Amino acid sequence: MLKIQNPQIKLLEKLTNAVALPGDEGAIRKIIRAEVGDIADELKIDAMGNLLITKHGKGKNRLKVMLAAHMDEVGFMLVDDEKDGIYSFETLGGIDTRQLVGKPVWVGKEKVEGVIGAAPIHLLDAEARNGKASLKSLKIDVGVGKPKVKVGDRATFATKFLRMGNSIRAKALDDRLGVAILIELLKNAPENIDLLAAFTVQEELGLRGAKIAAHAFNPDLALAVDSTPAYDMPMHDGSENIHYNTKLGEGPAIYTLDGRTLSDPRIIRWLSETGDEKKIPYQYRQPGGGGTDAGSIHLSRAGIPTGSVSVPGRYAHTAMGLCRIKDWENTLNLLHEALCRVSPKILEKNR
Amino acid sequence: MKPLIKKLTETFSPSGYENAIREVIMDEIKDFADEIKIDALGNLIARKGSGGKKIMLAAHMDEIGIMVNHVDKNGFARFASLGGVFPQTLVGSRVRFMNGTPGVIGAHYLKRPIKLIWNKDMFIDIGATSPKNSPVQIGDVAAFDRPFVDLGDRIIGKSMDDRIGVAVLIETLRKLKDTPHEVYFVFTTQEEVGVRGAITSAYGVNPDIGIAIDVTGADDIPEMDTKTIFLGKGPTFKFKDAGSIGDPRLIKHFIKVAEKDKIPYQREVANMGGTDARAIQLTHAGVPVMTLSIPCRYVHSPSEMVDYKDVQNTVKLLVKLLEKNIEI
Amino acid sequence: MKTDFLKSLISTSGLSGFEAPVTELIQKKWDPLTDELSLSPLGSLHGIKRGSGKSHSLMIATHQDAIGLIISQIDGEFLHISNLGGIDIRVLPGQAVNVHADSGVLPGIICQPPAHLLPEDAATGAVALKHLLVDVGLSARQVARKIKIGDTISFATEPIEMSGGLLAGHSLDNRASVAALTLCLEELQSRQHVWDVQAIATAQEEVGAQGARTSAFALRPDLAIVVDVTFAKGPGASGWETFKLDSGPTIGWGATNHPFLHEEFKKLAEKLEMPFSVEILPSYSGTDGDDIQITAEGIPTIVISIPIRYMHTPVEVIATKDIQRTARLLTEFIVMLEDDFLEKIVWED
Repeated sequence: MLKIQNPQIKLLEKLTNAVALPGDEGAIRKIIRAEVGDIADELKIDAMGNLLITKHGKGKNRLKVMLAAHMDEVGFMLVDDEKDGIYSFETLGGIDTRQLVGKPVWVGKEKVEGVIGAAPIHLLDAEARNGKASLKSLKIDVGVGKPKVKVGDRATFATKFLRMGNSIRAKALDDRLGVAILIELLKNAPENIDLLAAFTVQEELGLRGAKIAAHAFNPDLALAVDSTPAYDMPMHDGSENIHYNTKLGEGPAIYTLDGRTLSDPRIIRWLSETGDEKKIPYQYRQPGGGGTDAGSIHLSRAGIPTGSVSVPGRYAHTAMGLCRIKDWENTLNLLHEALCRVSPKILEKNR
Repeated sequence: MKPLIKKLTETFSPSGYENAIREVIMDEIKDFADEIKIDALGNLIARKGSGGKKIMLAAHMDEIGIMVNHVDKNGFARFASLGGVFPQTLVGSRVRFMNGTPGVIGAHYLKRPIKLIWNKDMFIDIGATSPKNSPVQIGDVAAFDRPFVDLGDRIIGKSMDDRIGVAVLIETLRKLKDTPHEVYFVFTTQEEVGVRGAITSAYGVNPDIGIAIDVTGADDIPEMDTKTIFLGKGPTFKFKDAGSIGDPRLIKHFIKVAEKDKIPYQREVANMGGTDARAIQLTHAGVPVMTLSIPCRYVHSPSEMVDYKDVQNTVKLLVKLLEKNIEI
Repeated sequence: MKTDFLKSLISTSGLSGFEAPVTELIQKKWDPLTDELSLSPLGSLHGIKRGSGKSHSLMIATHQDAIGLIISQIDGEFLHISNLGGIDIRVLPGQAVNVHADSGVLPGIICQPPAHLLPEDAATGAVALKHLLVDVGLSARQVARKIKIGDTISFATEPIEMSGGLLAGHSLDNRASVAALTLCLEELQSRQHVWDVQAIATAQEEVGAQGARTSAFALRPDLAIVVDVTFAKGPGASGWETFKLDSGPTIGWGATNHPFLHEEFKKLAEKLEMPFSVEILPSYSGTDGDDIQITAEGIPTIVISIPIRYMHTPVEVIATKDIQRTARLLTEFIVMLEDDFLEKIVWED
């Protein structure tokens, strides 16, 4: 079994501290290329910036298996210069604006420090105090005299990686965990398959990069590797929480149904059997909404058998998420073991 | 066709889990098609004829249903919807899981009797008392459980949407003796969750013309604002819905065929809904499409009603259409 | 600028899904300007102008369809209507329209029934589309004979020349861009260019970019430029999303736009000493570009826009000078493209 140890944790630190927003994922692309550029059999950056890496296996009847992890994270774009270092902004990806007030941010490639402030509570009337701050009322403040900031620059939460015992606190665990896992799988690539690793762009804008990546790879089988929310907190009234999505510490989350994909039952079975036989804990993500790159991939060309596996993480799409190192490791191993045993047999029976 | 319709509507196959219905259809068509294929998303694709214009006829074989997303500590199954499942139609409905387990949908409807209860606040009682003795778990799927009813002209069943289209396709394939076209009878999957099966099957077929055969909501019932689509007045030719705009040249051709053979039809402009036509239209370099609809009352409820004459007329129209050249 | 062609473009029907009349007009105009002309299965017009080089191709997509109405039900003398594309219901009452029946064009009025004939909740505020009717002045019997469900209805507002080089009319979204692309094709007649140019008048943009997606898939250009309209500053429109009329085209920035193409266009406009603005499109452009970019294995795309006032009303206003500037920018970009241009496109990581 593979292990998550210091080098892997250091790499995740680098990945989560980097800034890569939809439309400009260069910082992550750079880190990945430094990690696996040498061992890749083929490496391509496409029209939108997807990083497509192929690692060939050996022997006959190799399945072409695509794994996708998205490089982008949610954040902001400056849209209007209101002078004196104050900028209005729009969100990139789904963010609850109630998460924004009072957060430090990094702006642009140079990570210029800034803040999202708000009017002092003392100056607000009673209604505004308890109301939801509208996006229009919120501004990014980078201080005066900063020539390196301009309209069109992208920004994100200024959150530094922190290890908290068995857990990790960081921004953008969605989906730098997936990126880290794909890097590790490339480094330990099973020889029975051709591994097609797609580090995708613009997932947070609607699975856009994965669409063209899947068309280019045209795989036999695909898995999206992502991080999915764990809402495993108590209910306000002490009743049973029946909408937890996933639970921290219970292992990788295998998808059955989300808003964009009905996972291929053959893939659900394959992953579950792998977990059972190798004694790797796993859970089923609660069927419901949301979506991963699988939503684009499975509809590519004449159809691609596709599923998704996610590392559970709390507080996704906010300034700081939280995950367990053990869940990360179990996700890596579930995927690695599953890939090591996969053969064309899996697709013999019709879906 | 009624025994066929009964068999089709009494089969359980919600979106993504179409094996059972596919086997039933396969059995009905295998002696009539020149070639049969099943693609990665489970679409069943039957070809008849070769060499001429490639015409794709699509009827979706999936139906709306539910998927369990939690079994609570008292053994009640909570669920997510597969497709557009209206809460008004659920309380007291019975469902059947793919493993045969029956269940009844419950809700606290006496707590606030006049309020609409949302799907997320309902549950399925499968007779269990804990997750341990529950016969179903996360990921198990079910469809509505209602028998087929024959009222003469009018027939009722669950999943008339779109098993009636499936029946039309099967019957058309059987009756079509000779065609100058290369006709693909495609029984699509996952229509109810976003015309997904049609996306991939249309890509595989790459047709010159696409025709979706589906049901459309009839508003010839009490308390409706409009009266535009009637049971018994023939299939409808859809100019537009929320998913696609019918190709005007294709619609004109349909009208010509229908009028020549005195087959009744209705013209339809819809504000809502969408069919497999949308997916077919967008494949490859683009495809002229149309939706041919069978009027249906109470769409997406467990009891959907169609008129048998409309069904027969749809078959008649399709056979006439496919026997001759289509120039648009 | 000579506005004859643009005026005929905006006086011709061509609603989403029913583009044939305007397609025919563009076809005639483009026929002598292009080497090959064909129609896609969905009705997009493809005009190919061959370059002198090794078969690199640039697509320039302008949508030809316009928003409009379609008859959903006939009630005696009156027609019930449904929308084709994003109709602003506030502008409908009292508009002059043309009903396109098999027998010919019939003039009509969109009428808003008085409050006492409408449900209580419709008495104030904009009246919903389902309550608006079209009256063509014919008897119920004549209506039944001449008009059918599925016939389309377009705005009948005539083009209006206003002072200061402004033009008002319906369907300037996006016939103005078709006019700019046509001007560009005219300019190219006397210019050398290496790349093939795919001039596309796309169908069905207003209902989901159906034409652009399929044309891009069929033609697989190496690069794509989408020309559409954007918001001009004017009454009720003054924010960061708006641009002054007669201040040149806008160059898109954001996820749809390839950063390299963005920079190239900015440099080019500066070199030409042409006024322009950068249009911030954080997540999407809301144009054909969003779909062209993610076609097949992906196509580097840029969105160029022309500001107009009162978008999606029958009195959209444009500065004709901006159309000329846009045409020039397109022409100079095409002429600039060398065989090795694609190799220059790299991602700066």
